[in-house]
Amino acid sequence: MFPYPSLETEKAQDLSPIILPKIQIKNLNVQVEGKQILKNISLDIPNNSITSIIGPSGCGKTTLLKTLNRLLDDQKEVEVSGSVLVNNEDIYAPGAEVTHIRKKMGLLSQKPFPLPMSIFDNIAYGPKIHGIRDKKALKQIVEQQLINVGLWEEVKDRLDASATRLSIGQQQRLCLARGLAVAPEIILGDESTSALDPISTQTIENLLIELKEDYTIVLVTHILRQARRVSDYILFLYNGEIAEFGRTEDVLLNPQNEITKQYVKGYIS
Amino acid sequence: MRNIKARLIEEKIAKGFMQLSGIIITGSLFFIVGTILYKGLPYLSWEMISQTPQGGFYMGKEGGILNAILGSLYLASASTFLATLIGIPIVLYLNVYVKKGSLLARSAKLLFDVLFGIPSIVYGAIAFSLMVYLGIRASLLGGIITITLLTIPIIVRTLDELIDTIPTDLRHVTSSLGATRWETAKVMLKYIKPGLFTAILLAFGRAIGDVAGVLLTTGFSDNLPKYIDEPTATLPLAIFFQLSSPIPEVQGRAYASALLLTFLILVIVLCSHILASKQKKHKI
Repeated sequence: MFPYPSLETEKAQDLSPIILPKIQIKNLNVQVEGKQILKNISLDIPNNSITSIIGPSGCGKTTLLKTLNRLLDDQKEVEVSGSVLVNNEDIYAPGAEVTHIRKKMGLLSQKPFPLPMSIFDNIAYGPKIHGIRDKKALKQIVEQQLINVGLWEEVKDRLDASATRLSIGQQQRLCLARGLAVAPEIILGDESTSALDPISTQTIENLLIELKEDYTIVLVTHILRQARRVSDYILFLYNGEIAEFGRTEDVLLNPQNEITKQYVKGYIS
Repeated sequence: MRNIKARLIEEKIAKGFMQLSGIIITGSLFFIVGTILYKGLPYLSWEMISQTPQGGFYMGKEGGILNAILGSLYLASASTFLATLIGIPIVLYLNVYVKKGSLLARSAKLLFDVLFGIPSIVYGAIAFSLMVYLGIRASLLGGIITITLLTIPIIVRTLDELIDTIPTDLRHVTSSLGATRWETAKVMLKYIKPGLFTAILLAFGRAIGDVAGVLLTTGFSDNLPKYIDEPTATLPLAIFFQLSSPIPEVQGRAYASALLLTFLILVIVLCSHILASKQKKHKI
């Protein structure tokens, strides 16, 4: 058995059975335009599970998610200190190759954003830039990923149609398939269902639950019920600090921190 | 709280102004087109399009302005092509590689704003002194260099504004798929493709219609443009020379030339619209 590294929360010692951490965050501090957004975050995100990041608006949920695949790099006046280890490699180490890091993480953003190309090309885009040129192989990847997200039957006759013609729920599944096509190890979701109707939301949630067999999933959500439905672990952020981290049932049913209690009960949001 | 009546009157006044502006601009357009049609159509003939100036042309005798039509087309196509070729990499570099809001990005944008506003006669004068220094005489080449310099800021400014309309999501998507910045830039180009045609068209319109820039640098010739290092006629200059003539027939030809120039631009606008609408297939 692997010893689970210590967590800086009160529930740390109860986190068994032990799962190997996929992402290790150590003393992470993030400043954006002079304002401290994340304060001293240290956290291990377990492999093959869904971890939800919850907390009031502006607490730094999305910023934390974006530090995981270095999407913050593109923003101006951002200072990041500390380290984020993915598979024991520090992605903030000098000389770390950003393109390679990002390929490991599929991002499912708030609103689906199909690339300005056909359904087929949307999914084939990733594999293509990573060097797969063989048409047969591309076709196979596209079909496989569309089957994975349950979209194949709906679109198999119109793969050449523009991706923007799909309904918004279908677009979000397409975006998930597009992310999976580059064979990532981690899926990051930034309020991925907030633009969707309840049925599409359920489809995406079920997909994510299926996918955790093979991936490590980190979701930002502002819907507490969603976190309860899908996640194995919950991280509660408050004012850029970790207020609580632990198994879903522990955080929701038996929160240790006073602020978490209030949030879970709905006194703060 | 203000009276609903007063607010409705305010709206009526505002709407009235908008409609008035619309009428003024449409009216002037019809007036311009009407004038050149009225004055130019009687002089427009197949001879006018198919021949170079013949003996006594400037006295109202035979010949046409094929030299100027071809010269303008060569000049405008070549310089728009070059300006696009140089402008696109500049815009992509500023938007993909240079950090937004950085000193370089801001000063580059300011620079292109200034270049955009410089009158073409200044470009002509500068290019002319450069040509003298390099030993190039007034020629098609000189004109192409000048008009390219003149149109680069148009391409850069227009494309820059188009790129600003691309949601950051696009960059997030491509980079989270592991795309390099260059690969992201290619998708961005794809996204703005319909607008790209508009930018090129704007540049072409400016290039084919400019007089001051070519006055010093391109010269004029009655012969068909054959070599890049020889003086070449252009439509705007032909119109200028013909209009300066005291002979009514030659003046009439100036309007016919203007009609041709307008028609050329119309054809190009239509073509680019058709091309652009074909590209809109995957637009979001």
